[in-house]
Amino acid sequence: MLDAILRIIALTRKELLAVLKDPRGRFTLFVPPIIQCLIFGYAASYDLTDIPYAVLDQDRSAASRELLFRLDGSGVFHRTADVDRLADLKAAINDRQALLAIQIDQEFERRLQAGLPAEVQVLADGRNSNTAGTAMGYVGAIVDAFNVDWRASHARPLPPSPSLPLPSAAVQVTTRAWFNPNLETRWNMIPALIGTLTMLQTLLLTAMSVAREREQGTFDQLLVTPFRPAEIMAGKAIPSVLIGMVQATAILLVAQLWFRIPFVGSFVTLYLGIALFLLAAVGIGLLVSSIAATMQQAMLYSFMVNMPFALLSGLTTPLSSMPEILQRLTAINPLRYGIDIAHRVYLEGAGFDQLIPDLWPLAAIALVTLPIASWMFRHRLT
Amino acid sequence: MTLASSSNRRPLSVKLIRIRSLVRKESRQIFRDPSSIAIGVVLPVLLILLFGYGLSLDVTNIPVAVVLEDPSPEAADLAAGFQLSPYFNPQLMTSMAQARELMLDREVDGIVRIRPDFARNLSLGNGEVQILVHGTDANRARIIQVYAEAAVGQWAARQMAEGRSISSGPVMVRDRLWFNEANESRYFLVPGLIVLIMTLIGALLTAMVMSREWERGTLEALFVTPVRTDEILLGKTIPYFVLGLIGLGLCILSGRFLFHVPLRGSVVVLIGVSMLYLLVALGIGLLISSGVKSQFVASQVTLLVTFLPAVMLSGFLFDLRSMPIAVRLITYVLPARYYVALLQTVFLSGDVWSVIVPNAAVLAGMAALLLFWTRAVTKKKLA
Repeated sequence: MLDAILRIIALTRKELLAVLKDPRGRFTLFVPPIIQCLIFGYAASYDLTDIPYAVLDQDRSAASRELLFRLDGSGVFHRTADVDRLADLKAAINDRQALLAIQIDQEFERRLQAGLPAEVQVLADGRNSNTAGTAMGYVGAIVDAFNVDWRASHARPLPPSPSLPLPSAAVQVTTRAWFNPNLETRWNMIPALIGTLTMLQTLLLTAMSVAREREQGTFDQLLVTPFRPAEIMAGKAIPSVLIGMVQATAILLVAQLWFRIPFVGSFVTLYLGIALFLLAAVGIGLLVSSIAATMQQAMLYSFMVNMPFALLSGLTTPLSSMPEILQRLTAINPLRYGIDIAHRVYLEGAGFDQLIPDLWPLAAIALVTLPIASWMFRHRLT
Repeated sequence: MTLASSSNRRPLSVKLIRIRSLVRKESRQIFRDPSSIAIGVVLPVLLILLFGYGLSLDVTNIPVAVVLEDPSPEAADLAAGFQLSPYFNPQLMTSMAQARELMLDREVDGIVRIRPDFARNLSLGNGEVQILVHGTDANRARIIQVYAEAAVGQWAARQMAEGRSISSGPVMVRDRLWFNEANESRYFLVPGLIVLIMTLIGALLTAMVMSREWERGTLEALFVTPVRTDEILLGKTIPYFVLGLIGLGLCILSGRFLFHVPLRGSVVVLIGVSMLYLLVALGIGLLISSGVKSQFVASQVTLLVTFLPAVMLSGFLFDLRSMPIAVRLITYVLPARYYVALLQTVFLSGDVWSVIVPNAAVLAGMAALLLFWTRAVTKKKLA
């Protein structure tokens, strides 16, 4: 037993040396996760901070100016074109000069004064309908605020009707978001990156390290040493998990020291969860390497599994919007559980008992992939 | 002297023969290696099916808990409004504690709470509905908020129509989503997907071809032959370019006929700009692999510069204009942003030359730069 542990330690040391002795290898493993976390932390947000819009104000009245002034004053909208013809409005959208085009009819102020509903037309560039929808929501909010103020300042005697109560909004909606009070996408994204970035790289790293030995012929040498397949497997898996843990720590530090996202859970829980997650990812990496004959194949096959895992993890699009069958397929996706663990521990402060639905599938993935991989070391078909 | 001048005046046909034999060798390598075919053909099909059927930003059937603390008919009517909405899948209950439990277990994504004094306050003109959302996924949470507010607003409008209370504002917004009237997220996800696939085919396949030859020493063997550097590079580029075109064809056909994404621009423009982008992607791969000379490092570098940036920084999901200036500057260096703009325009808007010409010009410039740079890095000499 002791011998086995010593052998595993020796192999782990050798493996870490092989990966880390190349300065470019060290660099690509530890610097990019930090840079990516910084960049994506800023980039990956569905919130809009700059909405260029074009306007066709056919009314040119005090009321229409007041409404546009509110848009400009919001700090989010900025006017890129003030046009006179409808065709120019359309051109502004076509050329991507503007995300929104707003048209105010001649009747606008007159109708408002008369107490009739006045219309504002908003055209949005639907080439990215998600962004456009968000921008239209912002317009709606600003118009709502305008309405409230207009009513307050232009309170006019209503036609006497006992059935009509106060003309102010009859139902008020108050909303509150749990765990992320300002609904910042970043709070969702960065903890998710702990899982995503580490999995992408460790899976590739593991697959490549076995493929490299195969390609250089050193794997055969390894097989004739007293190492048992399980020990070789452990010697390949442990270094990758360790490297993944260091990467996770780096991202965690960026999240807390740079983005200042409050960590409400326990570090012990998080690290145990991440370790199990990485073990599952490495297991899949080893399985990939057992199919691959060359480094090229190892890399391409790693991408073949990494990409669907990343896209079907709920990172960029919600799992619950996927069809039933695909949602069930994501049961074998370790990243789905890894992201869930990161979110729940980081933002919600979940304890072990609450994480069990995430932990047991990860354990199952590791328990299936790792033994198969170690068996495949000796029983490869080609 | 005579030798040098005769080598300069070597007929073009010899050059072509050399390139052809290199292309043939590389093509055989592709066809005999199942992994290249997997990336060139299987991966596009897999991703198209995943994207087309699987990924969606459209939110429907949101599980919510509707807590009816008020037994009045108005409150019940409001709750019924949520049951009628296609966006919600409500569970009615009377206990807030139960709803809280469901939310913590993520059984529901939101809670609509109608307080005990709702009907009484409503008759006074200030009824209040509380909406609680699970904020972990901020984007989804915001959509749920908006939908819930709209559901309450519609209910209030119905009440008004029945002559009970007034709630709609003096100014009404009438909005139209251009190019995507049905608001289908698939319409912009499929063009985005083509960008992703072209990036991967181009860069992944070529990322290892040069470093593999460096590592195995076969490039040195090529050095002693009369083959020249640009011929080696052309021999590497052409087969993968063809493979990339096959992937592109699969993407366009399935986007068009399987998912019915409209193609409002012309096919010629679409294929033209895609070829440009494919050259850029091939250039990135070749540059990495001839610059790095180690397959291990090349694989990690390719992962870092291709896949995630193409998803995150291309404008395919996240709006580029809303990124901070430093990040936005980075996106200008990435070819994916230009290709995303081109594809979204050609697919959904049409041949808008004011978008196509500048973006295509940037891609052409990048392709030329990358291929020349690769040539400069790949010298016929030992490291």
